Amino acid sequence: MSDGVEPVADPEPPTQHGGLLGWLRSNLFSTWYNSILTLVLIYVLVTVLVPLLNWLIFNADFVGSTQAQCDSGGACWLFLKQRMGFFIYGFYPDEQQWRVNILFAMLAACFVPQMIPRFPGRKWLGILGFTVLPVVGFFLVRGGVFGLRFVPTSLWGGLMLTLVLAYAGMVASLPVGIFLALGRRSSMPAIRGLSVVFIEVWRGVPLITVLFMASVMIPLFLPPGVTFDKLLRAFIGITFFWGAYMAEVIRGGLQAIPKGQYEAAEALGLGYWRKMGLVILPQALKIVIPGIVNTLIALFKDTTLVLIIGLFDILGTVQATIMDPAWSDVTAEAYLFVAFTFWIFTFSLSRYSQRLEHRLQVGHENE
Amino acid sequence: MADDTTQVGDAPPSAAVSAAKNGAVIIRVEDVSKWFGKFLALKRLNLEVSRGERIVICGPSGSGKSTFIRCLNRLEKHQRGHITIDGVELTDDVKNIEQIRSQIGMVFQQFNLFPHLTVMENCCLAPMWVHRVSRKEAEAAAMKYLERVRIPEQAQKYPGQLSGGQQQRVAIARSLCMNPHIMLFDEPTSALDPEMIKEVLEVMVELAQSGMTMLCVTHEMGFAKTVADRVIFMDQGEILEQATPEKFFTNPQNPRTQQFLEQILEH
Repeated sequence: MSDGVEPVADPEPPTQHGGLLGWLRSNLFSTWYNSILTLVLIYVLVTVLVPLLNWLIFNADFVGSTQAQCDSGGACWLFLKQRMGFFIYGFYPDEQQWRVNILFAMLAACFVPQMIPRFPGRKWLGILGFTVLPVVGFFLVRGGVFGLRFVPTSLWGGLMLTLVLAYAGMVASLPVGIFLALGRRSSMPAIRGLSVVFIEVWRGVPLITVLFMASVMIPLFLPPGVTFDKLLRAFIGITFFWGAYMAEVIRGGLQAIPKGQYEAAEALGLGYWRKMGLVILPQALKIVIPGIVNTLIALFKDTTLVLIIGLFDILGTVQATIMDPAWSDVTAEAYLFVAFTFWIFTFSLSRYSQRLEHRLQVGHENE
Repeated sequence: MADDTTQVGDAPPSAAVSAAKNGAVIIRVEDVSKWFGKFLALKRLNLEVSRGERIVICGPSGSGKSTFIRCLNRLEKHQRGHITIDGVELTDDVKNIEQIRSQIGMVFQQFNLFPHLTVMENCCLAPMWVHRVSRKEAEAAAMKYLERVRIPEQAQKYPGQLSGGQQQRVAIARSLCMNPHIMLFDEPTSALDPEMIKEVLEVMVELAQSGMTMLCVTHEMGFAKTVADRVIFMDQGEILEQATPEKFFTNPQNPRTQQFLEQILEH
């Protein structure tokens, strides 16, 4: 006993109850009050879910072409099939819609592989999607070049308009945000002052006001006869508005980077842009991925506000449909459809960001 | 007052030691002062460093020794006096400062490796982007220096996966990859666990023996005795004493140096 420590056998690890029964017992029925709570919740779920599923699916109408044929008491999904073209393309000419389809396909080609970690050339597709595709896509859909028929933006609508606005807004507001954030932390007083004013002005005004001003006020200042595309105005408004929000998110990341990182980069002889681009921003942006994605999701959803300046995004086309006496009874179904569509996109975005965060975490445990 | 700053042992001190080896002055500091707000951090410093000279700077915390070596690559700006590196004066001219920084390696107390890059990428970043060296060349050079600091096998790991001592050795290799003429060390072993100090000091001793011009802020008196040509003692922003290590440790002149040495050599 007195000379040293006796070797002790390793203790047994705690036993794990495997299987469904074990899981049920430990999670749902561990005590008598948990059991009661579980049963009550099951009862509530059943009483809510059963009628909901009946309405959504089992009693719903899927066959037919007018709402008069919806007589089973459930949801009436006929309008989806009848008006889907309108929901997706708005007033875009039928025979030109292949152009929009190509844009959708290119978008998918660039961004769906981002979900598949081992996809070859994934990084390059992503870069393409943020640089070349916005330009190519714009000319493809707008036309007027390479023999493509010109389709004015007033005819764009539906999901296509929503996606174009959201995509262009995201691609543009991120760099705007980065530059504003760098500007706000600049050592040059003029640049810092301008950035602060820009951010605070855009962030302090509701997006609705921005869009109204873009559509009503800008024409007042332009000489008569000069017009300025309404979609472009909305796009600029959205970009600056969300760019200002993005700037504040990114500034948070910049502030979280230790001073030593700046000094190490400077000591190696890296100038301002290389220091920021190679050392500081990669780390800062990684930290604020959740905030960036949060902003992107808000941007995506707020594109519906363009409704008020007379642009028909997906919500606009759906609303136009339920105004139509032929489909006056499908209000609930129509809004559900819009909500579900938005949810699909924003949820994918959120899942992707979680993946990205996880992947970038590799090897940084101590920092 | 001004005379105090240059108070040293007897007549021409260790300048003779270094001048004997190589006459060319690579760093010249003339009457440099710096304030943080109203606080005088550096008080009329004068110093000349010859090519290949190894200098250890010691002193109590807050004495301005870190601030001083950070002025040499302009991480801090001096407000009065002149600092000349390799014949070029440090001013607000931006191009000039990046040019000079790329020739001065700096090793920090907190390593300051870039956590989002692997060891190899940490080493190649500056050569590729500042010196415009091809990736292949940069990697070959990086491997050479990683071997020199004895961690070539860690090249593909991230800094967060290494121990403190390994990280500091990578930081040294990263600086060497820029082929600097001068190396500055700002308390390189102060943030390390005791058992890792040795591996870093060994690398530094080797570097010193290779003829690199070195300025090292450290409390490792063993290191100072082994490699330093000159030991400088600073307190309250002033250089109070500079001498060869033998003289410095056996026969310090300034009472504050004596007091400081007593305190750190006690344990």
